[in-house]
Amino acid sequence: MTPSDSVTSIKKPGQTPGLSGLAEDWSSDQRAFKNVPWGKAMMWIFLLSDTFIFSCFLIAYMTVRMSTTDVWPSASEVFALSFGGDPIPLILIAIMTFILITSSGTMVLAVNYGYRKDKNKTALLLIITALLGASFVGMQVFEWTKLIVDQGVRPWGNPMGAPQFGAIFFMVTGFHGFHVSVGVLFLILVARKVWRGDYDTEKRGFFTSQKGSYDIVETMGLYWHFVDLVWVFIFAFFYLW
Amino acid sequence: MAQEEGQQHPLGIYFKVWGLLFVLSFFSYMVDYYHVQGYTRWTLILIFMFLKAGYIIAVFMHIKWERLALSYAILGPPLVLLVFIGIMSYESDYTYETRGIYFVTGS
Repeated sequence: MTPSDSVTSIKKPGQTPGLSGLAEDWSSDQRAFKNVPWGKAMMWIFLLSDTFIFSCFLIAYMTVRMSTTDVWPSASEVFALSFGGDPIPLILIAIMTFILITSSGTMVLAVNYGYRKDKNKTALLLIITALLGASFVGMQVFEWTKLIVDQGVRPWGNPMGAPQFGAIFFMVTGFHGFHVSVGVLFLILVARKVWRGDYDTEKRGFFTSQKGSYDIVETMGLYWHFVDLVWVFIFAFFYLW
Repeated sequence: MAQEEGQQHPLGIYFKVWGLLFVLSFFSYMVDYYHVQGYTRWTLILIFMFLKAGYIIAVFMHIKWERLALSYAILGPPLVLLVFIGIMSYESDYTYETRGIYFVTGS
């Protein structure tokens, strides 16, 4: 191989597709995650660690539920809600699920309009997402209140059956609700920056001193979709099982 | 598409997946509403759950378009959780039987 050949064979990083690209990215210097803004890579790594935390909670739930000798309270009846007539099973949870999915949709649109540099639409969609998130938390507060005040569910016991129900329920949904609440704050902050035009003027962040860009909307979106993703699992294992 | 920084895709695919998520959630709610029980219930709930999770990760979180170096780094590690689930279900069976002997029959 002549020196001129080796010069022409130099490729831009992150060009090779498929498995050989995977090997190339990981064996290269400096950056394994090509073409990904650092904030996004870090958000993914945070979400990966969060996956393990939520998994530990859900596995704890499985262990507790499988090992109890008492009857597990029927979610279908515990979470039923009546609007004057017969109680409709899980209706509030179903509405909460649909709200979270709707908010995921508005979030994905916000990311899309962000990359089109459509400032007003992005900010508006972020605010709608935040409002939907806040209404989700509001419904959760209602659900908890009903459970604690009307149905007498406590972390150490409840009138319906296995005493572990309350502990594991409050821990898992509480931790998820906390994530949603933090997400709402995060959304409002990002919406404010979008509205002000920080990402158009590449204004540096007060904490990281990195140039602002619409990539941050996508990073925010990853967090929000993750919250929706966790709810998919909680909905299936906690409410439908 | 994935060669540039940032993920820019046509809106159509988002609307399709959005609609699909609504339909799948509605189906899983119907499983409960019509009191489907036993293995049918487990199977249906798990199918709808994994479909929803898959669509959210693949399309909404853009994993479908990311380079494999990132996708595998994210999707690979959670697989060890399967071992954890296996260990804990074995453990809880054991606990359940022990409780059956000492709590229920008494000794």
